[in-house]
Amino acid sequence: MSDHEYTPSSKFGKWFNDRLPLLTLANHLTDYPTPKNLNYWWTFGGILTFCLITQIVTGLVLAMHYIAHADMAFSSVEHIMRDVNYGWLLRYVHANGASMFFLAVYIHIFRSLFYGSYKSPREIIWILGIIIYLLMMAAAFMGYVLPWGQMSFWGATVITNLFSAIPLVGESITTWLWGGYSVDNPTLTRFFTLHYLIPFLILGLVVLHIWALHVPGNNNPVGIDIKKPSKDTVPFHPYIVIKDAFALLMFCIVFAMFVFYQPNILGHADNYIEADPLVTPAHIVPEWYLLPFYAILRSVPDKLMGVVAMLSAILILAALPWLDTSKVRSAVFRPLFRQFYWILVADVLILGYVGAMPAEGLYLLIARVATAYYFAHFLIILPVLGWKEKTTPLPLSITEPVLGGSPNLAAARSDEKIEKTIK
Amino acid sequence: MRKLKKILFVLIFSVIVLNSSNSAEKSPPFLETKWTFKGLFGKFDRASLQRGYQVYTEVCASCHSMKYLTYRNLAEKGGPEFSEAEAKAIAASFEVTDGPDSTGEMFVRPAKLSDKFVMPYANEQEAKAANGGAYPPDMSVLVKARKGGADYIYSLLLGYSEPPEGVELDDGVYYNKYMYGNKIKMPAPLSDDLIEYTDGTKATAEQMSKDVTNFLMWSAEPHLEQRHKTGFRVIAYLIILTVLVYFTMKKIWSRVESKV
Repeated sequence: MSDHEYTPSSKFGKWFNDRLPLLTLANHLTDYPTPKNLNYWWTFGGILTFCLITQIVTGLVLAMHYIAHADMAFSSVEHIMRDVNYGWLLRYVHANGASMFFLAVYIHIFRSLFYGSYKSPREIIWILGIIIYLLMMAAAFMGYVLPWGQMSFWGATVITNLFSAIPLVGESITTWLWGGYSVDNPTLTRFFTLHYLIPFLILGLVVLHIWALHVPGNNNPVGIDIKKPSKDTVPFHPYIVIKDAFALLMFCIVFAMFVFYQPNILGHADNYIEADPLVTPAHIVPEWYLLPFYAILRSVPDKLMGVVAMLSAILILAALPWLDTSKVRSAVFRPLFRQFYWILVADVLILGYVGAMPAEGLYLLIARVATAYYFAHFLIILPVLGWKEKTTPLPLSITEPVLGGSPNLAAARSDEKIEKTIK
Repeated sequence: MRKLKKILFVLIFSVIVLNSSNSAEKSPPFLETKWTFKGLFGKFDRASLQRGYQVYTEVCASCHSMKYLTYRNLAEKGGPEFSEAEAKAIAASFEVTDGPDSTGEMFVRPAKLSDKFVMPYANEQEAKAANGGAYPPDMSVLVKARKGGADYIYSLLLGYSEPPEGVELDDGVYYNKYMYGNKIKMPAPLSDDLIEYTDGTKATAEQMSKDVTNFLMWSAEPHLEQRHKTGFRVIAYLIILTVLVYFTMKKIWSRVESKV
C-alpha cells in the first residue's frame, strides 16, 4: 500500500521484521495517507473501536461476578451493584456503553450514507460493517437478557418466538433455541455463552473492516478519488490520531454524563423487577437502538412477513452499493439525493418513535407508511435518482477548492465528468 | 431543502408533544418535593434516611421485604450512617434461623451485621395468602423499578382518596390516583402521627412519605453519593484534557494548511 519499502533501523529490528513484519505493519499504520479534509463525522471509526474495547474489558470483569442462572442472575447483578468494589461503575459503563456504541454506529452508518462511502471500491468494507452491525444487535439483545429482569425475560420471549414464524420447522427451532419449552435457565446460560463469544467475533471482523479500508484508503467529504500520498493527504500519525483523540474525549464526556448522572435513563424501569414468567408487562419494548426495526416488525399484520420485513430492512443495506446507481459519491454534489437523505433520517427517527408506542390506531398507520417509505427509499428512489439526478460539478482534487481554485474553472473542467455520470 | 427539513421536524415534534399531553391525561403530574440527592453534587439527607429506616421498619416491613440489604449497610458511608453500635443493636433486634449446628439441628439466633434484612414472610405464597392475593413487592430496588422513580413513590404514598363517582372498588382494593389503573391493593400505609420519630420530628404523612422515599432511593442506589463525587471528578478531568488536546491538535494541524 505504501509506496516505499520500510526497513527497520536496528539490526535486531530487521532480523525480527524479516520473520514477522510487525514493524512494517506499525509503519504502515503510522504513515497511512489520510485525506486531509476529513470532518468530525469521520472520527466515529476510532470512537467505535474504543466502545468495543470498553465493552470487552468491563464485560470480562462483570463476568467474573455474574452468575448465569435463572434463580441467581438478578441477585448477582444486585451483588455487583452493592458489594463488588466499583461494581456499580463497571455495570453502568457496560450498560450505557451499549447505548453509546449504538449511538456511534448509527452516526458512522449515516455518515457513510451521506458521503457514499459504500460505493465502489469500498463495497466489502460496507458489507463487513453490516455484518458487524448485525452481530452487535445480537450481542446487545442477549446482553439485555442477562440481568433476568422482566424486560429481559419478556424481550427474550418475544424475539425468540419470531423464529416460530418459519413454516414447518419454526416450532422445533424455537424449542431448540430455548433448550426447553419456554425461555428458562437453559436459554439464559446459552445467551450468556454467546454474549461472551460475539464481541470477539466482532473484534475479528473489525480487523478485516480496517484492513479492507486500508486497501483503497478513506473516502472523504468531497467523495472524489485522490492520489496517495499527495498534497491532499496527511500521515495518520500525528494528524488523524490527535483529531480522533479530541473527538473521542468529547464523546467520553457525554458518555460520563450518562454513566454518573443518568445511568438508568436509557433503560426500562421494568428491568429492575425480577423476571416472572406469570406476569406479562403492560408494554414489551426493546432497547431504543432496536426500536425502528421493532416498528417494522409490528407494522406487518402477518407474523412471518413481519419477520421477513424486519430482516430485509437490515439486509437491504448490504445491497446498497448496487441499489445506488449514481457514480457520484458525496451528497454534497447531489442536491436531490440530499433531500431524500434527510427524509430517510426523519423516517428512521419516526420508526424509532412509533416502535416505542403501542401498535394501534394512528401509531400503526404511521409505522406502516414509514416502513413502506423505508423500503421505497432503497428500492425505488435510490436506483431512479442515479439515472435522473443532475449532480453539481465535482472538483478535481481536495486542495483545489480549498486553495481557491476558480469555481468557474472547476465547473468547466468537470462538465465532461458530469455528462459521463449522467449517462 | 431547508424548508423541507423544517417541516419534517415540526411534524415529528408535534407528534411527540401531542402524545405526551395525551399520556399526561392518564395520570396526574407527580407531587413536587425537593430531593437532596438530585443534581451534580446530590447527597442524601442523613437524618431523613435514619427516619426513613424507622418508617420502613415500623410500617412497611410488616409486609415488604428488602432482601438485598444487609444490616451492615445501615452503618456504611453514603447511607443512613448509623454508628456501628446502633447498627449492631438494630440487627440484634431481629431473629434469624441459622445452622445446622454440630448436632445437625437448626437454631434461632439474633441477627448480625452480616445478615440480610429479615423478611416478613417465608416465601411469596405466604406473602400472597396474607395480603389477599397481592404480593407486596420487595423494596430493595423499588424506586428504580417504577417509572418516575422517587417522585412516583412519594406521590403514590400520598395519592389515596375516595374513588370518584362511577368507580366501583372491590373489597380490599383502594383508589390511588398515581397507581397504574388507579386501583391498588395496599391500603393507605401512612397517616399523621402513625409513628413517633426518635429525633422528635413531627410525623406528618408528608414527612414520613418523604423520609421513607429517601430511604428507598438510597437502598436502590447505595453508591449514589460516591457516583456523583467520582462523576464530577471524571468529567472535570476529561474537560481539562479535552481543552489541552484541542490546542495540541491546533498546533499540529497548523503545519498543514487545512483547518480542523
